[in-house]
Amino acid sequence: MTISNLAEALESGRFVVTTEIGPPKDCNPGKIREKAELLRGSGVAFNITDNQTAVTRMSSLAGSILLLQMGMEPIMQMTCRDRNRIGLQSDVLGAAALGVRNILCLTGDAPSFGNHPQAKGVFDVDAVQLLHIISDMTGKGVFQSGDRLSGPCPQLCLGAAANPFAEPLELQLMRLEKKVDAGAVFVQTQSIYNLERFTRWLDSVREAGLDRRVRILAGVTPLKSVKMAQRMKFHVPGTDVPDAVYERIVHAADPAEEGYRLAVETIEALREVRGIHGIHITALFWESIIPQLVRETGLVP
Amino acid sequence: MIITRQKDLQEILEKIGSGPVFLVGCNECATLCGTGGKDEITALSTLFASKKIPVSGSIVLDPACHLLNSKQLLKPCAAQVDSAQIILVMACGNGVQTVAELYPEKQVVGGTDALFIGEVIRAGVFEKRCSLCGDCLIDKYGGLCPVARCPKSMLNGPCGGAANGKCEINAEMPCVWDQIYTHLKKRNQLYLLKAVQPPKDWSKSREVKVSRDHQ
Repeated sequence: MTISNLAEALESGRFVVTTEIGPPKDCNPGKIREKAELLRGSGVAFNITDNQTAVTRMSSLAGSILLLQMGMEPIMQMTCRDRNRIGLQSDVLGAAALGVRNILCLTGDAPSFGNHPQAKGVFDVDAVQLLHIISDMTGKGVFQSGDRLSGPCPQLCLGAAANPFAEPLELQLMRLEKKVDAGAVFVQTQSIYNLERFTRWLDSVREAGLDRRVRILAGVTPLKSVKMAQRMKFHVPGTDVPDAVYERIVHAADPAEEGYRLAVETIEALREVRGIHGIHITALFWESIIPQLVRETGLVP
Repeated sequence: MIITRQKDLQEILEKIGSGPVFLVGCNECATLCGTGGKDEITALSTLFASKKIPVSGSIVLDPACHLLNSKQLLKPCAAQVDSAQIILVMACGNGVQTVAELYPEKQVVGGTDALFIGEVIRAGVFEKRCSLCGDCLIDKYGGLCPVARCPKSMLNGPCGGAANGKCEINAEMPCVWDQIYTHLKKRNQLYLLKAVQPPKDWSKSREVKVSRDHQ
């Protein structure tokens, strides 16, 4: 029996779709349920973000449980920004006990980006180390300290993030390889607007043989507005919005429609790229567009 | 050295109230930082006098963080210290505590914020180099420390946020991983970065006492 629907889908070689839900800045479970209901059927599993961009929100663990209660499969995101190795391992056990089967390991954005810039960033470990720690918990039944788990080991499908647009490429590939060695079964990439540069990155990934060792889910984020295009182009670290793409949104009569068209074209182009195993769609605050997007592109029947 | 920054003058003034105040500087780091050397102590004394805050005296210790030495140097100042209500120490956090230990009956206040162990890039410009983590790893990174110089202390390669060699949280700050890469590539030593660096041993950062015969 496979660990999760996501693990099963990744193993089968099918083209996989995952999407993402951002928990609210309050304790209303209805907001997660509403988004989840909207996305039901639009992907095999759903990322629940962990205080994304260092803004305090409902925890990814709680959000993941809410999804499980609806019979949907979460990918619990876990960053190293807010918890040390004790807290992280504790939450891995808790999440596994409650039925979480997929964890995406991230280092996390620095607190200076968020709504508590005065907070101390923990960063006791980084994403590579977190992957190793959880792999040891699941595979060897030991904590990071070497202390043994007292009972059953958690069964988890682990993922990581990769940014095809980050420099220096040689170092980024080295880091990706470390993540794969550490037990990442899948990687979700940064949102892609520069297809040419993404393809070059993927060539290097293939050259390193990494596409045969990890499932790569290409990131797509439809641009909803001129403001969002501006934010992605000028303010979000690590994204690459080429001028041509930016101009297309800025000069469009209907920027949202143009952003949607662009996402459709991107997905269609990505499906033709060798070495891609699926698509990860992030449309935070525009989740409602996802069902249409996955159907029009044939990602979901 | 230990890089300090003077606290806002308003905050210092609130701390010392109406005085009288005795000023203590340091001839080492605080002098090089321009926060608590002879010049700054003189300037502060003049400023306080202009605000009608009595200054009972001042001294620049050499260095402030040497308890027995400071005790000797302060001996001739006994009367001045005695007549002060407040002792204002323009040195790092260590210097403030040295003086506080010498005068447990006095109100000793600090006038700087100690920031990091850093390099003098040029006169008046300092950059962080070390965070005293207790378990030095710089040999693994070509002599550049990601613990101190990366805001996320990343030990297994850069995050995805740097742009044009600058850190994602501050476009003025070089990304130390970019520097590590450039340096090791030049030396054909990039292979050093292939090894996975395990979680760091932070227990050593909790050392609070060490003696010379420690080893």
